[in-house]
Amino acid sequence: MYMKAKFEHLQAAHCENGVTTNLLRGVGVNNLTEPLAFGIGSGLFFIYIPLLKINNGPAIAFRTQPGLIFKRTCSSLGIPVVRKKFSSREEARKILDQCLEQGKPVGCQVGVFYLTYFPREYRFHFNAHNIIVYGKEQDNYLISDPVMEQVTSLSSYELERVRFAKGALAPRGQLYYPSDMRVVTDAQIRKAIVSGVKRNVRDMLYIPGSFAGVAGIKYTGRKIKKWRDKLGIQKAGLYLAQLVRMQEEIGTGGGGFRYIYGAFLQQAFAYHPTDALMEISSQFTRTGDLWRTAAVQAAGIYKGRLSGQPDFDLMGDYLEEISELEKQAFRSLSKIKWHL
Amino acid sequence: MKKEEIPQDPGALNKLTKEVCYAVDQSGQYVTELSSGWEVKAKALDVAWEDIENRIAVARQKVLGGEASPILFFMEYRLMDPGILAAYTGFWKWRIKRHLRAKAFGKLSHNQLRRYAEAFNVSVEDLKNMNVHEG
Repeated sequence: MYMKAKFEHLQAAHCENGVTTNLLRGVGVNNLTEPLAFGIGSGLFFIYIPLLKINNGPAIAFRTQPGLIFKRTCSSLGIPVVRKKFSSREEARKILDQCLEQGKPVGCQVGVFYLTYFPREYRFHFNAHNIIVYGKEQDNYLISDPVMEQVTSLSSYELERVRFAKGALAPRGQLYYPSDMRVVTDAQIRKAIVSGVKRNVRDMLYIPGSFAGVAGIKYTGRKIKKWRDKLGIQKAGLYLAQLVRMQEEIGTGGGGFRYIYGAFLQQAFAYHPTDALMEISSQFTRTGDLWRTAAVQAAGIYKGRLSGQPDFDLMGDYLEEISELEKQAFRSLSKIKWHL
Repeated sequence: MKKEEIPQDPGALNKLTKEVCYAVDQSGQYVTELSSGWEVKAKALDVAWEDIENRIAVARQKVLGGEASPILFFMEYRLMDPGILAAYTGFWKWRIKRHLRAKAFGKLSHNQLRRYAEAFNVSVEDLKNMNVHEG
């Protein structure tokens, strides 16, 4: 069997942004970039889930719920979407093959643990990775993993195993694709940018509770200051290493996400020429820089170079400062007068 | 971050690919650039793996000392916890916690052992003997 959809692989910083952008380009949306997809999909987020442990460390996410960037971007741009989950593996394979036969590249949510082309060091039980399947040659599926420079492939057994990975956020064979060719006008993008920004303002500033949004960042900062006494230096170091991995690894990105958001606001300026956007973009550049400074401080602790309480206090202060700066940045965004 | 400041350190991923980073150029415009890795996060990954290796070694000792069953060893070896293992095997979490004890393990039927072995991607014999073959 040989099938191959017309498909162009473009590398991205974040998997779901990349899948969204590449799939939409495939149906004729040529004016969408990774930062626009991220901003329109309101991808920036923060949550610390107390009591829950992931890989024996704190559960922290810098992103919205998996799947939302694609969903929101498509709905804001008026693009119809098909999304399916499966209980049967045969059915999951059959539907995928049918799409490929029709020349449609398809987005798949997969687990990373058995993703054979990743180096072992990266293979944790993380189930919200996104890839595009764009063809099949004999028993091999052609794969575009947006965080990679080159395309790759998986055997049908390997693909099935990652599509049916188990545990938190189990993908259950989930696939999704835009179901129709569409041309998206600049006016639609203008409008989608406004709704994406407003939703992100809501998620970061007004989400109830103290664990999420800018309040969650401050909460985490305060928690970190207590880690040294509560957990002991070694475990506290492990927790900080986990924070940094969630923050800076491919696909997640706390610092990196701020830069993508900064890029989004600059690109939004082309559609809404108000100087405030450029100014707020540079505010996000500053918070991205501060996230990275915090990561360097954390590394000092988990490398064993820093071990005093003042070192933990400084780490916590960085997060509290970031929380304050991002609050200001989102406040400024909420005050923009949009002209539609 | 300025474009020139994008780190180009060796990382675990760079056997496979470089990563896309967003940064500003001299005029303040955002551009993309490839990065081979960042020492700060490479070290974070190392720390996570040192902890995993340590947990595996402790589990192995416990199994050899008769304090725990090989399921504990393989659970650590496959980076799982009882929740993930429950999802793969279909056993309830509390039953898995029981099976982590050496005594309860001895009473498992062949069929139950097979379910664990499949989840760990090993043979039943290897499960019982704590044999690992990389793959």
